[in-house]
Amino acid sequence: MFGAAMAGLLITMFLALVRAWRGPTVFDRILAVNMFGTQTVLVIAVAGFMSGRPEWLDLAIVYGLVNFIGTIAVLKFAKFGNLAEDGRRTVR
Amino acid sequence: MSGMDIASWVLLAGGAIFCVIGGVGVIRMPDFYTRTHAASIPDTMGAGMILLGLMLQGGGWIVTVKLGFVLFLLLLTSPTAGHALIKAAHASGLAWQGEHDTHHTPLENPPVGGDDATDPG
Repeated sequence: MFGAAMAGLLITMFLALVRAWRGPTVFDRILAVNMFGTQTVLVIAVAGFMSGRPEWLDLAIVYGLVNFIGTIAVLKFAKFGNLAEDGRRTVR
Repeated sequence: MSGMDIASWVLLAGGAIFCVIGGVGVIRMPDFYTRTHAASIPDTMGAGMILLGLMLQGGGWIVTVKLGFVLFLLLLTSPTAGHALIKAAHASGLAWQGEHDTHHTPLENPPVGGDDATDPG
């Protein structure tokens, strides 16, 4: 039963990679990478149960946090071209 | 096979099916804004069903609490990231599909009851 869930998650990761490769705009690519990260969290959780070591859930928690921060950082970079300034200041 | 195992199997299989549906939607949807709708399916329904199915595996209370943390984190961060993504795309002027449609001229398909009745151009 873990194999079926893992197969579905891996298929979804592949489809997200196809969208990240084909995406016409940068926002499509960010969306696909965000979706890929969410699927990675689920894959880590299922793989921990599959191998009998549910302690891998700590890795899933950390990867979820990193995925969120990474998505916001890449969005800010794509919007302002600079990670140091805040959004209210005009970009020189 | 106890009832708990059957419920866990149903939740895991359903979550995987919802994830694949979301992936297919991300490929086939015509527009960025509709693709975000498809991409929200694995983040909510797929993740929720798979993590609930893993909770029913009975790996001890600490595992259940960690799975609850992962689910809470995903439900907290993925709508936030999606909102920021759509807002950034809208602020950068990304058009909806059909907003700047070039397949027909306005003379061929005049809008019915549109607000350009006062505009002769």
